[in-house]
Amino acid sequence: MQRVGVFVCWCGSNIAGTVDVAAVAEALKNEPGVVFSTDYQYMCSQAGQDIIKNAIAEHNLTGIVVCSCSPRMHEATFRKTAAAAGLNPYMVEIANIREQCSWVHKDMTTGTEKAIILGKAAVAKVNLNTPLTPGESPVTKRALVIGGGIAGIQTALDIADAGFPVDIVETKPTIGGKMAQLDKTFPTLDCAACILTPKMVDVAQNEKIRIFSYSEVEEVGGFVGNFDVKIKKKARYVKEDICTGCGACVDKCPMKKNPNEFNLGMDNRPAIYIPFAQAVPKVATIDPNACNMLKNGKCGLCARVCAAGAIDYTQKDEIIEEKYGAIVVATGFNPISMEKFDEFAYNQSKDVITSLEFERLTNAAGPTAGHLERPSDGKSPKTIVFVQCVGSRCDACSEKGKEYCSKICCMYTAKHAMLTRDKYPDTDVYVFYIDVRTPGKNFDEFYRRAVEEFGVKYIKGMVGKVTPEGDKLKVQASDLLSNKQLHIDADLVVLAAAIEPDKSARPLATMLTASMDTNDFFTEAHPKLRPVESPTAGVFLSGACQGPKDIPETVSQAGAAASKVIGLLAKDKLTGNPCVAHSNELMCNGCSSCERVCPYGAITYEDKEFRMPNRTTKIRRVASVNPAVCQGCGACTVACPSGAMDLKGFANSQIIAEVDAICK
Amino acid sequence: MQVKEYKPLIVAFCCNWCSYAGADLAGNNRLNYPADVKIIRVPCSCRVNPMFILRAFQRGADGVIICGCHPGDCHYTSGNYYTRRRMAALFSMLDFLGIEKERTRVEWVSAAEGAKFAATMNEFAQTVASLGENKRLEDLRCKK
Repeated sequence: MQRVGVFVCWCGSNIAGTVDVAAVAEALKNEPGVVFSTDYQYMCSQAGQDIIKNAIAEHNLTGIVVCSCSPRMHEATFRKTAAAAGLNPYMVEIANIREQCSWVHKDMTTGTEKAIILGKAAVAKVNLNTPLTPGESPVTKRALVIGGGIAGIQTALDIADAGFPVDIVETKPTIGGKMAQLDKTFPTLDCAACILTPKMVDVAQNEKIRIFSYSEVEEVGGFVGNFDVKIKKKARYVKEDICTGCGACVDKCPMKKNPNEFNLGMDNRPAIYIPFAQAVPKVATIDPNACNMLKNGKCGLCARVCAAGAIDYTQKDEIIEEKYGAIVVATGFNPISMEKFDEFAYNQSKDVITSLEFERLTNAAGPTAGHLERPSDGKSPKTIVFVQCVGSRCDACSEKGKEYCSKICCMYTAKHAMLTRDKYPDTDVYVFYIDVRTPGKNFDEFYRRAVEEFGVKYIKGMVGKVTPEGDKLKVQASDLLSNKQLHIDADLVVLAAAIEPDKSARPLATMLTASMDTNDFFTEAHPKLRPVESPTAGVFLSGACQGPKDIPETVSQAGAAASKVIGLLAKDKLTGNPCVAHSNELMCNGCSSCERVCPYGAITYEDKEFRMPNRTTKIRRVASVNPAVCQGCGACTVACPSGAMDLKGFANSQIIAEVDAICK
Repeated sequence: MQVKEYKPLIVAFCCNWCSYAGADLAGNNRLNYPADVKIIRVPCSCRVNPMFILRAFQRGADGVIICGCHPGDCHYTSGNYYTRRRMAALFSMLDFLGIEKERTRVEWVSAAEGAKFAATMNEFAQTVASLGENKRLEDLRCKK
C-alpha cells in the first residue's frame, strides 16, 4: 500500500479564490493511501517545496499528489523536489486545479467540488504508480549522411567541423547532386560550380569525412545512438585508391555511345567515365551494361592504357558494416517524368525540354559548351516559351502531376528567362504562369528585374498544346488577363517540371522506419518546432527529401540538422523517457497487431522459451519493446487484443482508476 | 420532495500535446465551461482504450469526449488517425447499445485553440444535459 501525501496549492488567490483549498486538503485525507494532507500558499516556492520534502521524510511517503497548476507548468519542478527528497520522480502526480478548475469556474462550491474530484483521481492514480527509471544507452560517435548533394555535403561538413566522424553514402559515382548540374543560382546569379566545387573538395580533404560513392544503404538496424548499417559499395571495376583520375581510359574507350546521365542524355559518354571534371572522388567508373570487356570479355583497352594499373574487371560488390549514432537523410529530389504530359509534345520533339535540361544547355561545361542551341538542329532559338507549373499544383484527383507547389520553379524560370535575354537580346522569351510565387530575400526584386529590365514577356495563363510543325513548335495558349487565345511559333519550349522525392527515399524510409507523407516526402517530427528531425529518434532530415526547397533553404536546413546531430553525438549516454510501452510476455500471443501500429518500429518479435507444466518448455513468439525507441504514445496498448501491452506511467489500471474516481 | 438539479457527468480524455494544452489555454484566458467536465490526461488520443469509455458509461458518466491533435498534427505522427477509426466503430456500436451518438464525440483541439476547447465543452455539456441521464450502460453494481 502506498503512503500518499497530498499538497494543495493556493497559488495566491489564483486557486484559493474559487476553490476552498483547506476543504480540498481535508476531503482528500480520507482517500485510500493518503497519510498526510496539507495546503500552502505557493507550493512551487522554495518554502512550499521544503514542506513537500519534509513531509516525504517525516511521513515516509511513497507517492505524492500536488493539487496545483497544470503539469505542463510545474510537473518537472515537483518531480525534482521529490527526487531531492529521495523519492522516485515518477511517483508524483499533479491534479490540475488551476487552469482546468479555478480559472474556468466562478462558483466556490462547484470549484471546490471539482477540485476534490480531480484530487481524488490523482490519488487513485498515484496509488498505482510504480517507480520508473529512464533507460540509458551508449552513443556511437559517428554520423551517417545518406545523399551527397548540397544538403548532405553541408551537413557532413558541419558535423565534421564539430569533431565527429561522418560517412557520406552517395548512389552516383560522384558527390555534388543536382546542384552540380546547375548553371547559375538565383537570385545572385553566381555560378553553381564556383560555390559548390570548393565545398566538394573540402569534403574530400576533411579527414573526419569518408565518402562512399557509387554505394547504397542496404540495411538499417538498431536505434538512436546505436544504428547498425550495411552499405553496399557497388563494383565500379576501378580501384578507387589507385586511380588518379587522369582520364586516359576515358579517351581511349571505344564504347563511346552511351547516354550521359550527367547531361541528362543530351550527349554521350564512354563506357568508362568520370561524370564531370570536378567530380569527387575523381575516379573513373565502368558502366557494366556498356563495357565490352565486362559483357563479352573482349577489349581491355582501358586496363592497357591505365598507367596506375587501377582497372580491375573482377571487382565485386562490397558490403561495409558500420555503427552510427545518428543518421541524416539527404536523398534530395528529381524532376518528375514528362511522359504523361502528351500535350507538351515532350516525347515528339527534341526541342521540348525540361528546365534541368535547359540548365545543362546553358552550362559552360554542358553538351553545347554553354551555347544555347536547339537540341534537334543546333540552331540558336529565336523564340523561347517557358511553361511553369508542369505537374505542380495539379488537382488532387489528377494522376499526372503533384498537388503541391514545387516552390523553386518560379525563380529558376525567371533566372532562365533573364539569362537568355541577357546573352541573346534578340530572342523573344515568353513565360506562361498560373501565379508567380517569389517569397524570399531578393526574390521578388529578381522577378521584377526579369520583367522590367530584361523584357521577359510574362503571360498569365497555361499552355494548352504544343504541336511540332516543320522546325517550329506551335504553342497554343490562353492569356487569362486579356482573355485571348494565343498562338506562338516557338523554337524551343522549356517545361518547369514539378519535383518529386528521389525514388530511393521510399525503401529507405521503410528501412529507417521514418514516416513519409502521401507524396513520399519525409515527415518532420513537428512541422513548425522540430522541422529537421524525423519522428524516428536519431534520424534527421536535410534538404529536399523533406519538401521542395531552394539552395539557401537547403543549406540552412542542413546546418540545423547537423547541429541536432552534434547535440546527440556530444552525449555519452542517452536517457530515455521512462513512460514507454512494455509487453507482458505471458499474455502476449504474438499476433503482431502492436508492431503494425507502432509509428517508430520500436516493437520486434522474438522467439522465447517458456516453462510449461511437467517440466516441458515451449517456444513462443512474443513482442518486445525497445525502450530506447518507444516514444510512449500508447497506440500499441489499444491495438493489443490480449491486453499484454501496457504503458508505464499511463497504465490501463491507472487510467481506469482515474475514470472510477471521477465517476463516483 | 426536493428535486436535485440534474448535472451531467462528462469525462474528457485529452492528449498531452494538443488538447490538454488547449484546455490549459482556455484556463489562461479564463474561458468558462461547466464544471461537469472532468479531464483525464493521456499521452495521445490513441491511448484511449475503448475499455475506458465503456467503464466511464458503466460508472454512470453521461458523456465521453476525446480530444486530440488535428489530423496530420499528431505528436506521434499517426495516433489520432487510429483514434478516428477506432472511435467511429466504437461509437456506432455504443449507439446500437443505446448510448446515443450525441453522448460520445471525438474533437480535434490544438494547443492554440483554447476558445475552441471551451466552446466545444459548453456545447457538448449542453447536448448531453438535454439527453438526460445515461441509464443504458450504467451498472448499479458499480455504485456502492
